[in-house]
Amino acid sequence: MKRATLYLALALLAAFYLTPVYVLVATSLKEFREVSLEAMWRPPTALTFDAFKRAWAGDPRGGMRGLGPNFLNSIYLVVPSVLLSVFLGSVNGYVLAQWPFRGSELLFALLLFGMFIPYQSVLIPLVRVLQALGLYGTLPGLILTHVVYGLPITTLLFRGYYASIPRALVESAQMDGAGILGIYRRVILPLSAPTTVVAVIWQFTQIWNEFLFGVVITNKPTVQPITVALNNMAGSFIVEWNVQMAGALLAALPTLVVYVVMGRYFVRGLLAGSIKG
Amino acid sequence: MRRLITGWVLTAAFALAAGGAWAQGQAGKLEIFSWWTTGGEAAGLLKLFELDRQQHPGVEIINATVAGGAGQNAKAVLKTRMLGGDPPDSFQVHMGRELIDTWVTTGFMEPLDAMFKEAGWEKAFPPGVLELLRHDGAYYSVPANIHRANVLWYNRKVFQGTGLQPPRTVDEFFQVADKLKAAGLTPLALGDNGIWASTHLFETVLIGTLGADGYRALWTGKTDWNGPGVKKALESMARMLAYVNSDHAARSWDQANELVIQGKAGMTIMGDWVDADNLAKGFKDAGWAAAPGNTGVYDALSDSFGLPKKAPHRKETLDWLRLVGSKEGQEAFNPLKGSICARTDCDPKLFGPYLQWAMEQWKKDAIVPSLAHGAAAKESWAAAINDAMSLFVTQKDVAQTQKLLVQAAADAAKK
Amino acid sequence: MRAARLAPVLLVLPSALLVLVFVYGFIAWTGWLSLSSANDLLLGAARFAGLDNYARLAGHPRFRIDLENTVTFGLTFIPGCLILGLGGAILIDHVVRFEGMWRTVCLMPLALSFIVTGVVWRWLMNPSSGLNLMLEGLGLGALRSGWYTDPAVGIKAVALAAVWQLSGYTMALYLAGLRAIPRELYEAAQVDGAGTGQTFWRITLPLLAPVTLSAVIVLGHISLKIFDLVIAMTGPQGGPAFSSDVPANFMFQTTFQANRFADGAAVSIVLLVIVSSLVIPYLYWSLRREVRG
Repeated sequence: MKRATLYLALALLAAFYLTPVYVLVATSLKEFREVSLEAMWRPPTALTFDAFKRAWAGDPRGGMRGLGPNFLNSIYLVVPSVLLSVFLGSVNGYVLAQWPFRGSELLFALLLFGMFIPYQSVLIPLVRVLQALGLYGTLPGLILTHVVYGLPITTLLFRGYYASIPRALVESAQMDGAGILGIYRRVILPLSAPTTVVAVIWQFTQIWNEFLFGVVITNKPTVQPITVALNNMAGSFIVEWNVQMAGALLAALPTLVVYVVMGRYFVRGLLAGSIKG
Repeated sequence: MRRLITGWVLTAAFALAAGGAWAQGQAGKLEIFSWWTTGGEAAGLLKLFELDRQQHPGVEIINATVAGGAGQNAKAVLKTRMLGGDPPDSFQVHMGRELIDTWVTTGFMEPLDAMFKEAGWEKAFPPGVLELLRHDGAYYSVPANIHRANVLWYNRKVFQGTGLQPPRTVDEFFQVADKLKAAGLTPLALGDNGIWASTHLFETVLIGTLGADGYRALWTGKTDWNGPGVKKALESMARMLAYVNSDHAARSWDQANELVIQGKAGMTIMGDWVDADNLAKGFKDAGWAAAPGNTGVYDALSDSFGLPKKAPHRKETLDWLRLVGSKEGQEAFNPLKGSICARTDCDPKLFGPYLQWAMEQWKKDAIVPSLAHGAAAKESWAAAINDAMSLFVTQKDVAQTQKLLVQAAADAAKK
Repeated sequence: MRAARLAPVLLVLPSALLVLVFVYGFIAWTGWLSLSSANDLLLGAARFAGLDNYARLAGHPRFRIDLENTVTFGLTFIPGCLILGLGGAILIDHVVRFEGMWRTVCLMPLALSFIVTGVVWRWLMNPSSGLNLMLEGLGLGALRSGWYTDPAVGIKAVALAAVWQLSGYTMALYLAGLRAIPRELYEAAQVDGAGTGQTFWRITLPLLAPVTLSAVIVLGHISLKIFDLVIAMTGPQGGPAFSSDVPANFMFQTTFQANRFADGAAVSIVLLVIVSSLVIPYLYWSLRREVRG
């Protein structure tokens, strides 16, 4: 492929991806009076980080909660959720790939099917169950929810990967006297890095950006994740678009950092065989 | 193996314990649920909280808010909570059928007659409002404010430049619109990315065509949805839509108002939250009048608060409700929110020029309930009308839409 | 000994139980609700209503449009992501320097939430400013469109925004897949005198088939659940004449806006049936294939 065409095509591709980002960034750097649909493409005449400050700290007198306090909530939410759902997915994938038993195929199918239910359908019974468990309105309740609904995809990822681990490795460990858990610890875990990276990145993004469960399950502002706080920055009648977009960028920072820093590992992880589905 | 089982049991136990500890309730609190998250409405709400703390020190107020276009997300959360037996102490709800048919007839709310009599509210609120708050002879919520829906906002410079006066009837509207179009401007700015804005426009046309009594009778079944009045209203609306900006489906109401502010459009028909928008954007040439054909009619909607039966902190909630309906509370809340008091005895000097005009009208106009904002029809009915409007705005099929409206009314009357 | 055989079952038991309750228990509850008359908040006072709600749904114009939209969305979004993903992957694979930068640019949209994407693309697709303005400025005025304000385009505009957001994922998948293809195959093909086109169709694409399948599953499940993006872009009504409405949105509005809980449950069940009719055959086929292979 000729160099010129290659780089031209890449440039067009990059332009496609970057154009909306430009609008997002430019609007967030404008003052409120400058913000309008007509002025979408014009760069800010007076660069200001006011919108970011307002988005982060809020406007206590005006009653607008900023994103700052809820940032930590999202961390408290995402870290356990990702760790638990990835760990469980790994264990499930391991068992289903290397220790099939009667009905394990059916179990896998049933597990996978759970990926397809629309979340809106389960809101009411979900709240009832969480209440019965005393977890309604709490972060642990939200964590439980995300872990359960993350199980299908993590199990899918790990099962596909572990199925490609040569039987010989497992058998030799068995001959050394290792039981099911011993094999997991000695053979499987050390090899799990690539798919774990993929699963962690994917789950991190999904859970960090999730809104519907967040707004329904954690109903007190002090407990809510950052996506709910971001949504709350839109007034019911007046919307400060520059603050909204600045807030959106702030809320997206962790996931952006993850993709920028870990992007290479993401691809490598996919390369390592988790793509065999 | 045993370690495995122990592991799972411990994890489960921990989760339950942590959750349980969190979920215990405490006294001396007040949880208010609303969708007032930013701007003047949030400022007004905070002011009320301040007053509440002054009058009842020691009460911890929890400001439970959920944003999202006219309460869409908030309603979902509220319903989930109420159905789950975890009601807030009080919640923002539109007065009228939305409150009554969603929460009162299903037995979730307590009547407030004693408070109304004791606080003298039957004299402070106009009879038109009392009627909307009443169900089966009892009152179920306290209106914090009154918004007016049937307002025509226009750009005075544009009108002066084209030598026009704001239209007083629907026919005059078309004359004015033609002249604006000839001058190269968009006659009517509409932003119906949220379809309620079109329903909002339609309700003003209904009022303008049927009059206050005819409009009110739509909701009691006395005006026939299949009749000539509704047909004429649909035809007028279809004609009006020809004068609207072509990108209306991509704009929200405030982005439509932007067109008026920039002088690209002459008029917009929207509620009085446009005033707050104009003030926030420093627009000095705003003009207002009753929507075409709506002179003498006040198309009202109100954010109100009630008492859920299972409210965890009953005494604190009753105190809150008394504050919301008091002169002091309403005078603190409404100038910030950008609405007028539901009471007729508030001090006009606290309010800006538009609101003063609205207060004058409030005292003498015929009050009718707003459709788009929950006063006139229950939620499922309003949703069905919104659906019909969504098709109408694109297809402009009067006959089909009228059929859908008739069906909606029939469905609503069932059960 | 028996403990050892029970061990695998015990290990997956917690997940199985959780899924049993949170997925299948809830599906059962939804199914029961859809057969009841619970169309206001008095859920407890509901009576059995048979298939009434389903009958009403069948005649509802909005629901029919929604189902069509889901198909259109899937047929635009999935191929869009696959083609853009594969194209981008091929380009990046050929690049020598700054691969990290190109890759980051394409992966960046994945970091955003659907709501943010929806708001930005709502702005971009405003017919009188946004993309149309930019296209005109570049002399490409012929490409102007009403985007989602044009009922003929409707959901395809939403699909475009979704492709923007998720094609980075397919690109990463394909990049990995391309790199897994041994170079010897290409060299052998060259020796045999195959052209670039032939190599692509006969070697590259078939070897990428597992990747494509895996991507289709993930993209497919997103297509069926698409909700946040639609609301953020085109509002709760799903655009003019419901042209970008989707069943998940209709379900949400019906349940939480109009308080018609049983109707909403019926929509969910219909959705599930449709999903099952696609997913179950696939699962059956893929698991059968593994047993054999």
